[in-house]
Amino acid sequence: MQLLLFDGFNGLIQGTFYALMALGLSLIITLNSVINFAHGGFMVVGAYLAFTLEPYIGFWAALVVGPVLAGVIGILVERTLVRYMYGRPDPIYSLLMTFGFALIIEDTVRTIWGAQGVPFRIPTALGSPVSTTYFFLTGYRLFVIAAIALAAIALFAFLRMSRFGIRIRAGILDLETVSSLGVNVYLLRTVNFAIGTLLAGFAGVLAAGILQLAPTMGDDVIMATFVAVVVGGIGSLFGSVLGGLLIGLAAGVTTAYYPAASDVVIYIIMAVVLIVRPRGLLGQEGLFE
Amino acid sequence: MNRRVYINGAVWLLLVTAALWLPLIGGYMALASRVLLYALAAMGLNLLLGFTGCMSFGEAAYFGLGGYGTGLYLTYIGHSMVVSVIAGTLLGGVAAFIFGPLVMRRRGIYFAMITVAIGQIFYFIAERWNSLTGGEDGLSGFSRQPLHFGFVTVPLDATAFYYFVLFFFAIGTGIIAVLLHSPLGHTFVAIRENRRRAQFLGIHVERYVWASFAIAGFIASLAGALNALQNNFISPINLYWVESGNLVIMAVLGGMRSFWGPLVGAIIFVGIQDYVSSYFPNNWETFIGGLFIVAVLFFPNGILGLARRRGRRAAAVPQPSESGEPQVREAT
Repeated sequence: MQLLLFDGFNGLIQGTFYALMALGLSLIITLNSVINFAHGGFMVVGAYLAFTLEPYIGFWAALVVGPVLAGVIGILVERTLVRYMYGRPDPIYSLLMTFGFALIIEDTVRTIWGAQGVPFRIPTALGSPVSTTYFFLTGYRLFVIAAIALAAIALFAFLRMSRFGIRIRAGILDLETVSSLGVNVYLLRTVNFAIGTLLAGFAGVLAAGILQLAPTMGDDVIMATFVAVVVGGIGSLFGSVLGGLLIGLAAGVTTAYYPAASDVVIYIIMAVVLIVRPRGLLGQEGLFE
Repeated sequence: MNRRVYINGAVWLLLVTAALWLPLIGGYMALASRVLLYALAAMGLNLLLGFTGCMSFGEAAYFGLGGYGTGLYLTYIGHSMVVSVIAGTLLGGVAAFIFGPLVMRRRGIYFAMITVAIGQIFYFIAERWNSLTGGEDGLSGFSRQPLHFGFVTVPLDATAFYYFVLFFFAIGTGIIAVLLHSPLGHTFVAIRENRRRAQFLGIHVERYVWASFAIAGFIASLAGALNALQNNFISPINLYWVESGNLVIMAVLGGMRSFWGPLVGAIIFVGIQDYVSSYFPNNWETFIGGLFIVAVLFFPNGILGLARRRGRRAAAVPQPSESGEPQVREAT
């Protein structure tokens, strides 16, 4: 029982990471119409930048600056490469381009920071165990869940309440109409891409405190993120959160009972969802077919 | 028609005589074998990607399964080279046939995602089933055996193995070529061009997608079986989604709509991989990634697609077009 609680809680934490990644990816897929394979790369970049800055500016500032820099890189990439993909109806081109970009990111990170994993220092206040009654739990893990929940709430508030956020949501539904109403959709798409990569960077910095930093850490996360988006339903942001939490929990619970299958279970869930309910749990029908 | 005969003749002449001219330009036979077997896998994939219009991103599953079939046969069962290739082809091909019904209804990004999901399932099985597959370290307890022709025994050194691969390459591409000129192949293209219209014409689109998926899987696993023999080694990496991406880029780079496109793509991809990795052993991925981006930005129709359009435009210049309107160039 204790093991189940421990693994289940770990799974929940992993699920919140997937949910945050999936939120950013979902924004990019729907408004930018880009299947962003480099999303895991942006996560890694954000994490490593925070790692480099942390000795100089401290953990809390790095937690903000790392993701923001990832967002800035997102803007550069969108302006120089991704925007050429907007006119291509076949999603395979954007997929291949970002796939290539993911390879370049991984290689660059390896060249700069080395192939070996490096540990990321977190404040001692957060590193100490909070409770050992039911299972071992550090304050950092609770902090991660709170931080991700806060980020998700902030994003939803931004999309519901700010003028720009409402335009993004409108653009997801019908970009042409939004454009004809006089909104600069190029700016909209650029900012949207930057928000997505910023969220990825934020997830990366938080993950760095739990896992070790490694150049390849984006590889498995990106696939899990895609699974979360597809399970939740492409086109639905709530679906992405739900999908992320669901697959994280499923992986955690499977670890408790049958560890060997913990990696594979999320793909089985996705296959089942795609067969039974192809549009995903909360997705719109017919999007991106 | 004549032009096609010349091109095919030239391609086969170059392939058959590779042992003579390749060393002169600094290549070596093991590299040529690798080009051929990746080209075969990419041509199989292209049947699905370029001719049926289904975005498969999980072809490495069948490529890798073919390798495991061959490796496991040679490790645990027997020593016959030909049987080992058949065993690999059957393992991967049958898997593709079985999983076909799961993917055939999906389209676009969903097709890509479900093919990836199936591939990842195989990847994690191979990685975790230590006792059978050697787990993460891969399966390495087998090696190429000499070929017996009854009266003569041929040891498979690099050159002989190249011709061994070429033999299967010829079978595989022969099947694809016959298929593309058959009603079945025309149906594939019809589905690519207009799925809904094909459906209205009474074509069971899903069944044909299944057929295309299964045939692509058989050919990819044949290539994977040869890959295992080429390296005397097979590891889960061959099943990973990154490998699927490599196969897709070979098809796109060479030209998805051309028969020989994936071969051109494989020559460039494997060539760059080999050349760059010997000079920049740690950074060759950047070159491959850059190649992806350049290919997508500047050669979306592939190199052969580009060449063909050039040729067509040059041929069209002397005759003024009937309507007098300038030809609209494809927006890039």
